[in-house]
Amino acid sequence: MAESERPGATKVDLSLVISYICGSVVAPTLLEVKKLECVRGDRRLFSGLDFSLPAGTYLQVTGPNGSGKTSLLRILCGLLAPAEGEIKWEGENIRSLAEDYFTSVTYLGHRHNVKDELSAIENLRISNALNGIFISKELALEVITRIGLAGRESLPARLLSEGQRRRVALARLLTCGTKLWLLDEVLSSLDKGAVALIRSLIEEHLAGGGIAIVATHQDLSVATGSSQRLELAT
Amino acid sequence: MLRWIVWRDLTLAWRRRADILSTVFFFIIVVSLFPLGIGPETQLLRSIAPGVIWVAALLASMLSLSRLFANDLQDGTLEQLLLTPQPLFLVVLGKVLAHWIVSEIPLVLIAPLVGLQFDIPGETLFILVVSLLVGTPVLSLIGSVGAALTLGLRGGGVLISILVLPLYIPALIFGAGAVEASIIGASPAPHLYLLGAFAIVSLIFSPWATAAALRISLE
Repeated sequence: MAESERPGATKVDLSLVISYICGSVVAPTLLEVKKLECVRGDRRLFSGLDFSLPAGTYLQVTGPNGSGKTSLLRILCGLLAPAEGEIKWEGENIRSLAEDYFTSVTYLGHRHNVKDELSAIENLRISNALNGIFISKELALEVITRIGLAGRESLPARLLSEGQRRRVALARLLTCGTKLWLLDEVLSSLDKGAVALIRSLIEEHLAGGGIAIVATHQDLSVATGSSQRLELAT
Repeated sequence: MLRWIVWRDLTLAWRRRADILSTVFFFIIVVSLFPLGIGPETQLLRSIAPGVIWVAALLASMLSLSRLFANDLQDGTLEQLLLTPQPLFLVVLGKVLAHWIVSEIPLVLIAPLVGLQFDIPGETLFILVVSLLVGTPVLSLIGSVGAALTLGLRGGGVLISILVLPLYIPALIFGAGAVEASIIGASPAPHLYLLGAFAIVSLIFSPWATAAALRISLE
């Protein structure tokens, strides 16, 4: 009984060692997408989508309106189930990872994710706390200052402008500490200074071994990491 | 975690106090219309009181149900709640708990006052409060399933009532039954036990059902 178990155990160890060696030579693939197909209503938005992203990759998703950029990002973060295909994060299907996957992902949709009744600081602290990250008032104030909202940190968000509310939502990127960023049309209604800030945030993120997938029409021209482009057709 | 979601919803509710007050005033007015319409026939009033107060509580809780997830859907924070690294039923449980504190507890507290209009004796008023205290969590729990299922639909408010009110019937029967038993001098305990059992069953099943319904609604 014991002898028949032993070969199995060494096999597992070997494969771990192999993957470890390979991982140290080339950047390991974090996100792997296989034969992804998305159907909304009776329209097929895309099918047979394959790509794999190693750490430190910036992927810009472009395409005309209605080509499925938002649907792709929502599938990648697990909000939407794909019609076919699978998504693997660090080699495991995200369906089987379930809630554990969300500790590695930050998704910012084109809606602001900001509560109008709460101030910038409260929004930031609560959205972080719900993701299991507790930040002090001082740290929150620091982040809000860096994102360019100093002096407006205690105003209710409904008194802020479109762009300022977008900044409050983006402030989460500074504290979330996740590896995969999925950003959907986040550059809309942002001024030049804020776009430059987002660019530097993404560059820092890529340098730290993260992945950023951004659906946008504007070119962000990220300098660090490897840059890829995915064009969705209608 | 649960603490944060409850605190978040309580803070939001406090910043929109008018919503809470409208629920409470609706309850007070609906209950008060009956003695005014029927006149000072104490015997009749006493016998309809349990049913009237309980039905008014059901209708009042309908008012706030459509807001349970709709506001969060609109500004995109509901998506973020679905993407938090914890079981979704816990998030739902937190939101339901906050809804119960904000929308149902005020009704429980005001019920003995409006009950006075029906010439209910003091001991029965106490049973009324107890029955509402045990029964109102059912309203929030089952209501959350309806709110999640009708999320983002046009005319969702009416649809929630059609979906959820029939499911409230056991709570109504045992809740009003307990008060009625107390009025005629019988023991309200059996009704309260059954009401409690119903509350526990809905506590076990409805957060899961609501979580599943939310996932479907957001696809």
